[in-house]
Amino acid sequence: MSTSIKASKGTPATRSQRRRPHLSDRAKSERRLGWYLAGPAFIVMLAVTLYPILQAFWDSLFSLRLTAPDDKAFIWFANYVTVLSDPVWWRDLGVTVIITIVTVVIELILGFALALVMDKAIKSLRGLLRTAILVPYGIITVVSAYAWFYAFDINSGYVNHWFSWIPGINPDLNWFAEFWPSLFVIMASEIWKTTPFISLLLLAGLAQVPGELTEAAQVDGATWWERFRKVIVPNMKAAIMVAVLFRTLDAFRIFDNVFIMTNGAHGTEVLSLLAYRTSISRLEIGLGSAISVLLFVCVLIICFVAIKLFKVDLAGTQGGKS
Amino acid sequence: MAAITLKNIVKKYGDGFPAVNDVSIDIADGEFVILVGPSGCGKSTILRMIVGLEDITSGELMIGGQRANDKAPRDRNLAMVFQNYALYPHLTVFENIAFPLRLAKGKHQEEDVQRLVTEAAAMLELTDHLQRKPANLSGGQRQRVAMGRAIVRQADAFLFDEPLSNLDAKLRGQMRSEISQMQRRLATTSVYVTHDQTEAMTLGDRVAVLKKGELQQIASPRELYEQPVNLFVAGFIGSPSMNFLPASLEGNILSTAIGDIEISPEKADKARDRPVILVGVRPEFFEDASLVEEHKLHHGSTFTAELTHTEWLGNEQYGYINFDPAPEVREMLNSLARDMDADELRPQVVVTLDAASKIRGGRPAELWLDTRRLHLFDPKTGENLTLDAEEGARLTAEANAERAEEIESARQVAAG
Amino acid sequence: MTSGKQKIIWSGIAVLVLIYALFPVASILSTSFKAPSDLTSGKFLPSSGASTLENYQQILVGDAQGLFLSALRNSIGIALIATVIAVVLATLCAYAIARLDFPGKKIVLTTALAVSIFPVISIVTPLFNLWRNIGLYDTWLGLIIPYLSLTLPISIWTLAAFFRQIPWELEQAAQVDGATTWQAFRKAIVPLAAPGVFTTAIIAFFIAWNDFVYGISLTSTESARTVPAALAFFTGASQFEAPTGAISAAAIIVTIPVVLLVLLFQRQIVSGLTQGAVKG
Repeated sequence: MSTSIKASKGTPATRSQRRRPHLSDRAKSERRLGWYLAGPAFIVMLAVTLYPILQAFWDSLFSLRLTAPDDKAFIWFANYVTVLSDPVWWRDLGVTVIITIVTVVIELILGFALALVMDKAIKSLRGLLRTAILVPYGIITVVSAYAWFYAFDINSGYVNHWFSWIPGINPDLNWFAEFWPSLFVIMASEIWKTTPFISLLLLAGLAQVPGELTEAAQVDGATWWERFRKVIVPNMKAAIMVAVLFRTLDAFRIFDNVFIMTNGAHGTEVLSLLAYRTSISRLEIGLGSAISVLLFVCVLIICFVAIKLFKVDLAGTQGGKS
Repeated sequence: MAAITLKNIVKKYGDGFPAVNDVSIDIADGEFVILVGPSGCGKSTILRMIVGLEDITSGELMIGGQRANDKAPRDRNLAMVFQNYALYPHLTVFENIAFPLRLAKGKHQEEDVQRLVTEAAAMLELTDHLQRKPANLSGGQRQRVAMGRAIVRQADAFLFDEPLSNLDAKLRGQMRSEISQMQRRLATTSVYVTHDQTEAMTLGDRVAVLKKGELQQIASPRELYEQPVNLFVAGFIGSPSMNFLPASLEGNILSTAIGDIEISPEKADKARDRPVILVGVRPEFFEDASLVEEHKLHHGSTFTAELTHTEWLGNEQYGYINFDPAPEVREMLNSLARDMDADELRPQVVVTLDAASKIRGGRPAELWLDTRRLHLFDPKTGENLTLDAEEGARLTAEANAERAEEIESARQVAAG
Repeated sequence: MTSGKQKIIWSGIAVLVLIYALFPVASILSTSFKAPSDLTSGKFLPSSGASTLENYQQILVGDAQGLFLSALRNSIGIALIATVIAVVLATLCAYAIARLDFPGKKIVLTTALAVSIFPVISIVTPLFNLWRNIGLYDTWLGLIIPYLSLTLPISIWTLAAFFRQIPWELEQAAQVDGATTWQAFRKAIVPLAAPGVFTTAIIAFFIAWNDFVYGISLTSTESARTVPAALAFFTGASQFEAPTGAISAAAIIVTIPVVLLVLLFQRQIVSGLTQGAVKG
């Protein structure tokens, strides 16, 4: 640490007085040090994302198959036309959207319930509950996928036997032979694994609602449900929005569970899997790159919609004090 | 121990705005000086420049006769108590107090550290808490640990940055007297920043009043109170604040919104030839005319006014008189209020009455005003036209003599 | 407050949450003790007397040993290195963000946010091609680099949030107390910053440990294939036997570190996750 650091810690009052124009030497060296320290991380982040996505865009303009690398040809946006005119893209997009919406909605409800439980729980239970829900968070997605897969699998599973009293479930039901049952198990495992994360975000949001507000509402005669809906939820809207956006973007990238459980069989293929199969399995780099770029565009659209329409203030809630 | 001298100190930030402008203060060895003023007046900046946490833009800082402008904080041998105490949360109370000793490697044997910390802890009644972590202490205890860390250094001077502002009112009073006694006992030069004028008046040998980075007046509390150099100091020092009444002067009669007041010709001469002057009257200069002893009556002026209401406080009572100032005067009062960090100065006169007074709101009442003590201010410059510099100097000299006596007797107690 | 009735209700809720959180783990744990013949019993637990360590033997000392142990070694090595690099870079970066005044602070934070929502699969295709050309395909380095896209952004956010809460005036206090700049940093700040750095490291490790997409796309052999990827390509002892038991046993082994970290550092992980994401 050079001595220039110690200069920067004015009290907030003195800090805010310092404005742009005339920079003292100290302010200059502080700027320089700031970039020396933040620069490496910044460059690495750009190198591992910005560069690949630009490369992917470039590759997507070529007809390129690794099995026949010599046939490489520049074909403008023909790959995009191919992808977008293929019903498979639209079917996979539909599946991805279904999974995203269903899992996020259920996770939000379940996550809220868990957050409320952890928030209100008597002290002796809090640690236990938090430890328990961190297990799904920390576990490898592939492991979770196998756990759910084996439980439902027609050969090694026990779910069919346990729930055979429900109409439609019997020992001969093969969950992974049809679209909806497969999707059900895929979504169940996704929900199980990621609800804890959303509930922790919501828990942090809950902690920020001033206790006085709910007490005041209680005095004003609000029922529990009214307090929740009219006082708590509006006051943690920012936390909810951030949690939902993060989970939506995450769910949209779903890959591991699908790969393990069905590998896309019976129409359960999702966009990430489509991209993987096109580029890695079939080595169609041009087409695969086009799908990658389109997937990226989808994520951008989701962000754009969230930020413009729902006014999710990511930077505000996340780094407000910067 | 050391004297601290600030010579034409200026602090400018990047935008060229001077947060501290040409401040010169001589702090004698062993003296307790308070820096007071509304927020943004530069008092904390001065303290941080003395201790070395802010650079000095221009001017000269001398500590113990040596130029200290460019010394690192660690080389200045000063101890500072921060507003939020700045206790190290990962260290016990003992280690927090011992921290400066441990940093001075090789200077202190382990036994010395033990002895010094135990002594300081005993002095501050922290002996039972030495092994606890700061998080488990009450506000007052944390405050004491912070002071312990300062004491144990045997530093040349103590610097306090609003050390009591995080405590509740009762504790604040208690800690105030503890700090005062500690300073007297150790006779260590101390500079203390506060915005609380009660702390300023009770703790300081001398008080420096600052406004927008400029030193207004530095004097003993009594001199500030009785001979303020300008409107700002007069209004800032004292609670309830001094009343400012717009008046016009004809002969020896001041005609004000609450009545005509006769003043001495000497006072009147100093304020002639101004269309409007501001009369500064402290609430206790008033009294219920019926309760004033005969022989005092001629020192003042009696007039009739109607109080809106009174507040009885047991030992005394406050009465309030509303008046309706001219718009330009109102504007002036408001700008004065802004300078002092208040929302607005209500066009209201506060009077202090004897607890036995039967004056009540809503009825005309006979009030007496001690005209010897009132001051007249130039409304444009804020200057005190009736300032008696000699009397002020006498008051401060008196205070200095008292302090010297106190320190001497403290030293004798310590020696004997 | 806690009357008897409330206690019962809370115990009930706690049991429900525990079942929710632990049941799938228990399920695969139970499967890992089943003998091949017992797999199709349709029961949750292994048949009485039929529980076996066979599956663990197979992956630790038996046929599948080479496959699993090399994958385990790769996973541990790659995840740890990616974590360390990310945490070191993020610590410097977050320190600058929390402490220093420099233009572009917002850009760095926004970039970190953008990178963290980037679809992994979009990066895989170009990397796959590039790695093959420059010889990073199927190497440790070839995974460590893309892992930084997962671990670095969240580390920066989490640490910046932690660092903003450090009472930096302690550093000044220490200087006034007679410390050099370096001493002030080491004695007053490092002890306060260390827990945040450690917590961030755990979270980053979880994320690297969890990766699957890079693992299956950028590796092809035992030289760099990680456990999640290896599990997906496991084959049974014979062509006709499903590798259910072996996969379950392997899954349990890679879950042990997760459970241990969670048990030991529950409090830190929760505060790290929530601070980085919501408060800032």
